[in-house]
Amino acid sequence: MIKLENLYKSFGDIDVLKGINLEVEKGKTAVVIGPSGSGKTTLLRCLNLLEIPNQGSITIGEKELQFQSGTKLKPNQMTSFRQQTGMVFQSYNLFPHLTVVENIMEGQVVVLKRSKAEAKKRSLDLLAKVGLSDRADMYPHQLSGGQQQRVGIARAMAMDPKVLLFDEPTSALDPELVGEVLKVMKDLAEEGMTMVVVTHEMEFARDVADQVIFMDQGIIAEKGTPEEIFTLSTNPRTQQFLNKVAR
Amino acid sequence: MVLDERAERIIGILSDSFFPILKAGLYFTVPLTLITFTLGLILAFFTAIARISGIKPLVAIAKFYVWIFRGTPLLVQLFILFYGLPSVGITLDPFPAAVLGFTLNKGAYSSEIIRAAILSTPKGQWEAAYSIGMTRAQAMRRIILPQAIRVSVPPLGNSFISLVKDTSLAATITVTEMFQKGQQVAAATYEPLWLYIEVAFIYLMFSTVLSYAQSMLERRFDRSVAK
Repeated sequence: MIKLENLYKSFGDIDVLKGINLEVEKGKTAVVIGPSGSGKTTLLRCLNLLEIPNQGSITIGEKELQFQSGTKLKPNQMTSFRQQTGMVFQSYNLFPHLTVVENIMEGQVVVLKRSKAEAKKRSLDLLAKVGLSDRADMYPHQLSGGQQQRVGIARAMAMDPKVLLFDEPTSALDPELVGEVLKVMKDLAEEGMTMVVVTHEMEFARDVADQVIFMDQGIIAEKGTPEEIFTLSTNPRTQQFLNKVAR
Repeated sequence: MVLDERAERIIGILSDSFFPILKAGLYFTVPLTLITFTLGLILAFFTAIARISGIKPLVAIAKFYVWIFRGTPLLVQLFILFYGLPSVGITLDPFPAAVLGFTLNKGAYSSEIIRAAILSTPKGQWEAAYSIGMTRAQAMRRIILPQAIRVSVPPLGNSFISLVKDTSLAATITVTEMFQKGQQVAAATYEPLWLYIEVAFIYLMFSTVLSYAQSMLERRFDRSVAK
């Protein structure tokens, strides 16, 4: 479903991604862990073209994009590529001027050209799924962080993406609200959604991931099953990182 | 008594002149304000969009326009349009000259308000719009502008109220708006103090009503503002 080959990204003089190769199969969940500044978020943002890589290629579904320095993508090329993925942001980024249900309808109506009735029906179904049916007509600021993030997931799902990307979805939440968001994510993984999750929630990685990717200083230092990374790893960088977050 | 006579005369002048001055306000000041504010807003909107378009010639034109009209006095701009242009064969009637002058001036100021409001929308809003597959134009129209408009209502309201008062400058290019009317009566009756206080009072009435309208509008937009 996802294939990255030799992906490079730099910001000015700083190389953030230094040759990433990665494959995620359909229906699998890849969890990306690693210290801050290791390039996890940049990697995720490249998948959604919020950052444009300098080199390498990204394949999602049937579509492949090649990058070279100076590559200029056409706007319609970018939007059609982006539509294959849904993104869930650390800071939710809900649209504050729209109600919860309108937030989920917006892309369906504007981008997918669904009728309002159809979009609304789908939105309400998704809200039921994330357990927020009773909040449909509220504005985002009237919800807790955990509820906002669940709306964010529903908004991404509403576009029927092939892949869902999560950028530290629980990092901005109060500890007692983390569980409700992780539960929704776990349900999605179990239903066979293809997901790439950047997170610091090691327990989630252990329980849900099919593949754990440990990034360090712009490269994938190690990848494998949760067991291989969390239990069997002999890589000193991995062990050092896991020791730190365990504390 | 002498004092009574004088008071009576002033009251007579004020009550005789109140409705003619108010009428000048309703016929000239109010239309001039509404027309120029609307046109200025449209001009400001396109100027702001041009300014952030990233298209070099558009950015340059927008910057140049704002530079000229923010950097020179409104009074001088009005004089150039009304008294200056006839010497190159362009003669404008007072009212159109005033509309043009105020529109160009307000457009320049308001474009900066709108531009700031657009830029103040968090980057995450653009990213969220892109992430659901919107184009730049769709994101601007559906996500960014509705939020920017809300942010720009209070400063635009301020600039609207200051426009009401600025229109008194139209008197200098012979538009018979409120202030001009007041001047005429003051000159005829030799009671400048009382007449100008009366004119000030009528301006105050107008701007009070408009402030109230502004706060109603703000409350409407406040509905979905995060606390």
